[in-house]
Amino acid sequence: MNQIVTIVMVLAVLLQFPAYAQETEAEKNIEIHGFLMGNYSRRTSSQRPDGKEGDDFLLAEERFRLDVFGWTESIEASIRFKGDLLYDHVAKEFDTDTRELYLDYTTGAFDFRLGRQIVTWGVGDLLFINDVFPKDYVAFFSGRPLEYLKIGSDALKISFHPDIFSAELVVIPFFEPNNLPESDRFLLFDPFPQISSRKKEEPNTTRENTQLALRLYRRIKEFDVSAYAYRGFWLTQNMKPDDLTAPTRVINFYPDLSVYGLSVQSAVLDGVLSFETGYYQSREDEAGKDPFIRNSQIRALIGYQRQIWQDFTADVQYYSEYMLHHEEYVENLPEGAPKLDEYRDIATIRLTQLLMHQTLKLSFFAFYSPIDEDYLIIPEVKYNITDELSVALGANIFGGPEDTPHFGQFDKNDNIYTVIKYEF
Amino acid sequence: MKRIIFGVGVMMFLVFCLALSKKAIGQDEQLSPIQIIENSQLAFYYQGDDMKAQVNMELIAKGGGKRTRVMTMLRFDETKGANQKYFIYFHKPGDVRRMTFMVYKNPAKEDDRWIFVPAVDLIRRIAADDKRSSFVGSDFTYEDVSGRDVASDNHSLLRSEKLEGQDCFVIESIPKEPTEYIKRLSWIDKKTSLPLKEEYYDAQNELYRIFTADKIEDIKVGEGTDDNVFPTVTRRTMKNLKTGHRTEVVYKSVVYNLGLKDKDFSERHMRRPPRSWIR
Repeated sequence: MNQIVTIVMVLAVLLQFPAYAQETEAEKNIEIHGFLMGNYSRRTSSQRPDGKEGDDFLLAEERFRLDVFGWTESIEASIRFKGDLLYDHVAKEFDTDTRELYLDYTTGAFDFRLGRQIVTWGVGDLLFINDVFPKDYVAFFSGRPLEYLKIGSDALKISFHPDIFSAELVVIPFFEPNNLPESDRFLLFDPFPQISSRKKEEPNTTRENTQLALRLYRRIKEFDVSAYAYRGFWLTQNMKPDDLTAPTRVINFYPDLSVYGLSVQSAVLDGVLSFETGYYQSREDEAGKDPFIRNSQIRALIGYQRQIWQDFTADVQYYSEYMLHHEEYVENLPEGAPKLDEYRDIATIRLTQLLMHQTLKLSFFAFYSPIDEDYLIIPEVKYNITDELSVALGANIFGGPEDTPHFGQFDKNDNIYTVIKYEF
Repeated sequence: MKRIIFGVGVMMFLVFCLALSKKAIGQDEQLSPIQIIENSQLAFYYQGDDMKAQVNMELIAKGGGKRTRVMTMLRFDETKGANQKYFIYFHKPGDVRRMTFMVYKNPAKEDDRWIFVPAVDLIRRIAADDKRSSFVGSDFTYEDVSGRDVASDNHSLLRSEKLEGQDCFVIESIPKEPTEYIKRLSWIDKKTSLPLKEEYYDAQNELYRIFTADKIEDIKVGEGTDDNVFPTVTRRTMKNLKTGHRTEVVYKSVVYNLGLKDKDFSERHMRRPPRSWIR
């Protein structure tokens, strides 16, 4: 009860912001915006995870977003803060989430951005090859709005724009892994079910561990072409037992990784054709002999988007992942350990229909793997009741074999979610 | 001496007559319908070398419900009457704030369109085969915003008449390829070449969409004299008679010839538009 009173009081204070925002915007070099959002996701299966977060709701929270943008007149510089204050009903706690906080400075052909920032690279739609920046799959699988799929990196980004091409260099001194579902809130496949003790070993913040990501891009005739290079770590944890003969604990760790890739996008046949590929060089196990470190891979995707009729578009993609040195991997795999296939593939389809002067959006997104026969289907209806107030209703429907690290393992986490948002 | 003065006088008279006659030819029925439409497009979509404006759109439903779209629009002409580049930065509503949108207009083929979604720092090309699709949910189509290829229609001059006191050409344009209208009538101001009214007729030959230029202002160009002005439609309406929905658009703070460059219309500026563009 006390919590509810606190929330109401906090919201009452915060609701004063819109009035303040309008007053200040006209005169000063500052823009204040944000939103209030209720975001709830109800499980549809009857099973619950054992932990204290095994609620009927996979997600139940109210968020207040403050988005402040300030700039100078004398030089091309600005500051941006975007942060959330939230109450999580599942964990039963208040929390803060600094989404972005950075300084921008532009001089001549250079742009600098220093601080926590979201970076997205590549041409895939929810499929990532050269996007080597952290992602939050917990948010994505539990029905948060799409922007929460990306996690900010604490980094320096330098963009350089001479006439013939453009370059972006992102220097990330602080390691931030992907946020993946864990057993406290999700029912999922555990390759080490008999060992309950877990330890996370993240790379230390040292000069050698600084991640570097480089992108060179330009338009060549009709094509938007980008080349990418990354030196850093796998952002998805690898798992190994602390001792092979008598394991007592599972260590989640992030081995060295380099990625080299290319993407091309162009208008083709009344639509947009996208192609992206990348070589994942797993630097700690190049021979592929360590079964607990992911092998090197080649990834590629091809996508095509087209408007079928007015306000209706369809996107299809096919993604494939090829594990190098699969034989060595299999040879060294301990007896009884779950085995990854040499190939993994995913086909996706996105259908979007806008109605009522683009205020009502019906969308359907599906991942399906023809090889693994698992899937994730996300239908959603979103309606902008007014310019400020919107409501969305959607679902995450998983299926497929449950003993793989892919979509199938989340089969018992199907959920129906809703988002109610007031923006100011 | 007198002879010289007389000679100069005669010459001046001749030049004057020539100028007058040329003006008359330029202004009247001597122009072909295609030329009239081309001039109209130049006056309406290609005025100046480049342009910047704050565009306020109100989408008004039959019942009076309103939605507001506020954006800054920049335009750069690569080739007069043909290729252009557009940049649009959204200020309102909140769910599209800071989104940017870039179009390379190619009259003879599909436009190239990109969108930047700031919340996820994402640049994406978007499919754009249908220039008749609605622009941000309004009653205006992409084509209405950036112009329709003159060669897409057969044009004929129906008559000349006065519309709200202005002498106008009335041009009938019939699309060569099937589109959602079968006929368009345009009232083009003989003085400014601006379209003052357009009527769109559907397959049943019924009038279903009307464009009106509601306010025309002379926008001063640069530091020159007051004569150096571009007449500009600063208030316009598109009304759909079948649905009762209409869109009213106001162009504010219109500036011509800012000195924009071709390379300004880039991914760099989509991600980080210069302050002078959007403030």
